[in-house]
Amino acid sequence: MLLSGVADLMEWGVRGASRTHRVALAWRVGALAAFVALWSLAGGIVEATRPFNPLFLPAPWIVVGALVDLARKGQLWIHVVATLERVVVGFGAAAVVAIALGLLAGQVRGVRNIVEPVVELLRPIPPLAVLPLFIVWVGIGEASKVGFITYATFFPMFVTTVHGVAQIDGRLLRAAQSLGARRRHLFFRVILPAALPDVLTGLRLGVALSFFVIVISEFVGAENGLGYLINDGRNFFLVPQMLGAALLLGLLGYAGNALVRLLERRVLRWQHPR
Amino acid sequence: MSRDTGGRRARALALLGVLVGWAVVAYGNRAFGVMAPALLPTPGEVVAIFLDSLRDGSLPRHVATSLARVAIGFGFAATAALALGLVAALCVPVRLMLEPIIEFVRPIPPLAFLPMFLVWFGLGESSKIAFIGYTTFFPMFVAIAAAVLRVDVTLLRAAASLGADRVALIRRVIVPAALPGIIVALRLGFALALFVIVGAEFMGADAGLGNLIMEGRTFFVPAQIVMGALVLGLLGSIVNACLLAVERRLFRWRESAAT
Amino acid sequence: MTIHVRGLSRAFVAAGRETPALLGIDLEVAEREFVCLLGPSGCGKSTLLNIVAGFLRPSAGDVLVDGRPVTGPGADRGVVFQEYVLFPWLTVAGNVEFGLSLKGTPAAQRRATVARYLDLVGLAAHADKYPVQLSGGMKQRVAIARALANSPAIILMDEPFGALDAQTREVLQDELSRIQRVEHKTVLFVTHSIREAVYLADRVVVMTSAPGRIKQVFTIKLPEVRDRFAPEFTHYESEITRLVKEEVAKVHE
Repeated sequence: MLLSGVADLMEWGVRGASRTHRVALAWRVGALAAFVALWSLAGGIVEATRPFNPLFLPAPWIVVGALVDLARKGQLWIHVVATLERVVVGFGAAAVVAIALGLLAGQVRGVRNIVEPVVELLRPIPPLAVLPLFIVWVGIGEASKVGFITYATFFPMFVTTVHGVAQIDGRLLRAAQSLGARRRHLFFRVILPAALPDVLTGLRLGVALSFFVIVISEFVGAENGLGYLINDGRNFFLVPQMLGAALLLGLLGYAGNALVRLLERRVLRWQHPR
Repeated sequence: MSRDTGGRRARALALLGVLVGWAVVAYGNRAFGVMAPALLPTPGEVVAIFLDSLRDGSLPRHVATSLARVAIGFGFAATAALALGLVAALCVPVRLMLEPIIEFVRPIPPLAFLPMFLVWFGLGESSKIAFIGYTTFFPMFVAIAAAVLRVDVTLLRAAASLGADRVALIRRVIVPAALPGIIVALRLGFALALFVIVGAEFMGADAGLGNLIMEGRTFFVPAQIVMGALVLGLLGSIVNACLLAVERRLFRWRESAAT
Repeated sequence: MTIHVRGLSRAFVAAGRETPALLGIDLEVAEREFVCLLGPSGCGKSTLLNIVAGFLRPSAGDVLVDGRPVTGPGADRGVVFQEYVLFPWLTVAGNVEFGLSLKGTPAAQRRATVARYLDLVGLAAHADKYPVQLSGGMKQRVAIARALANSPAIILMDEPFGALDAQTREVLQDELSRIQRVEHKTVLFVTHSIREAVYLADRVVVMTSAPGRIKQVFTIKLPEVRDRFAPEFTHYESEITRLVKEEVAKVHE
């Protein structure tokens, strides 16, 4: 029976029984293998029967081949580094400003009442819509790309930081004060640790968003970078190259997310001690 | 920690302050010639362009084009996400097979596929619609499945001890219990579509708000960019507010305040 | 309807290890009897109730209801939970008639039944409210009405008053006692309050700490309407308290 039986629903709910690590891993590997197999099959069929130009649906080995080719020519590295540089610098700058400003705004009502309306005004506007403005002001160079990432990723990180401070249980502060904590102590020993989970969540959102927006800024007016590779491939229908670069981007985004999660697990060890 | 009691008026004032600040900076720039005047459009210029494009019908046309693409693409994606999301949540083998694949595709920024959609579908409407559909499908699918999976097991137990069989459990407990989460997923999906349509219209489009904004760059009319961006922001806010209002009416029985 | 628990055991599997929660439970509940399961936290009393309700499957042994083995939950065993578990998207009336609507009972009959049971629990005026608008005590009364309206022969209650403050708790105990005198259901009631058990039960089953076994069964020979301050009442209370304290001490070792 494909649907869970009543007995399972009763014992575990909709989710179903928890599976052991080994079983879960087996399913994951199996699913991914099946996916690659299906993709290869589709690609192979297209190659053989040619209902349309096989360039439109390259099989996995062709995609990998395109990437390997670029790597061998020494070009792949250049593009990867270019994209990474922009992301790291842009995200880094945004994180520093967002967290600093967010921590300040979360505590000082005056700052909050000044900064928040500006944020609320700008937030509904998709950052992508503002990209051309950046280009007009700062030109097509690195500065506009990095600046754009900073602008785009600032908002979610700022908002989550402010929220992280705002949701702190006032009783925690009162408890600390009645133990003799003063302003400095309160900030470093109570506010910062208590806001940290939200701040880190914001960082994760920021990382994802950086990769989200870097692509489009590398489409318009860039000479290098993974986004450039993808858009450039359009001119000569180099779909394997486009797919390969997209996959690489996904990999980088995943790695970035994993890094923040690692940081989370170390810094927030008190949330799940074991 | 902080409470929002007296903040409302202060916020309105601050908002006004932003507008005033913008006006001061822009008009001051005109007066003292700090930057090329074209680079820093004044509120007046933006309003002028807005009214002009309203009058000659180009703005409504662009808005309608963008909205149509969003609506159609979102419509397809939402239908697929609902169907597949429900199936995946209720059918364990399907879920176990789909989960890893979704995890694999999710980190890839959807915009990275935009050029591929242009290659596959050409420069016409279908490429934008397909792209919107692709972009919004995955987050909605994941969120809908999560909403169904989250249904409290005690609700199921309560219904079963009142005589519900499997079909009744799905129809009369799981679906109503998951519905708020599902609607939120759809609302967020629509917001994502609006977020992304601009980018999609930067390249290879001859109409739409994104195209309007890009023209502002091509023909060096920053006021047009600002106008387009503000209209887009306004559009997003209005749509979001409407959807939120609908959501709140539908789910008057909810404990926590809707976000 | 009678409940017959035979040689019931249930173990929980965590990280490859099996921890027994219940061991070899043998229990009989006669028709119209009110039996309380009493014991320290972790003694498995809720697990036992969940197995009788059909939510969990035993590792060994079985449960017979009226001679027939329990294979899952059913309308013959109504359940009242500690967390109320009302359907938040339905009104009070919608909740109470839920079981009836599943059976296809015609609307007029449903309305009459709902009215009768809301009257019984004193909530007739709140039929069109949503659970989110009710207090804890009111929600629990709706839950009781919902279970009763479905006319099960057996009612299973898992610390139903545990989430309420002391005053509301006593009020609801009085109400439950009154309702039982009208409805005469077979009841299995889980609690960790000795006072509550002596007030409500015909028999009190005291369980040991984990792994749960039956330590001793007390038959409460008190009149139907009980006085919490009567010497006989207090006598039962202290006897059971002494026994339970032994078990609680073991938990804290």
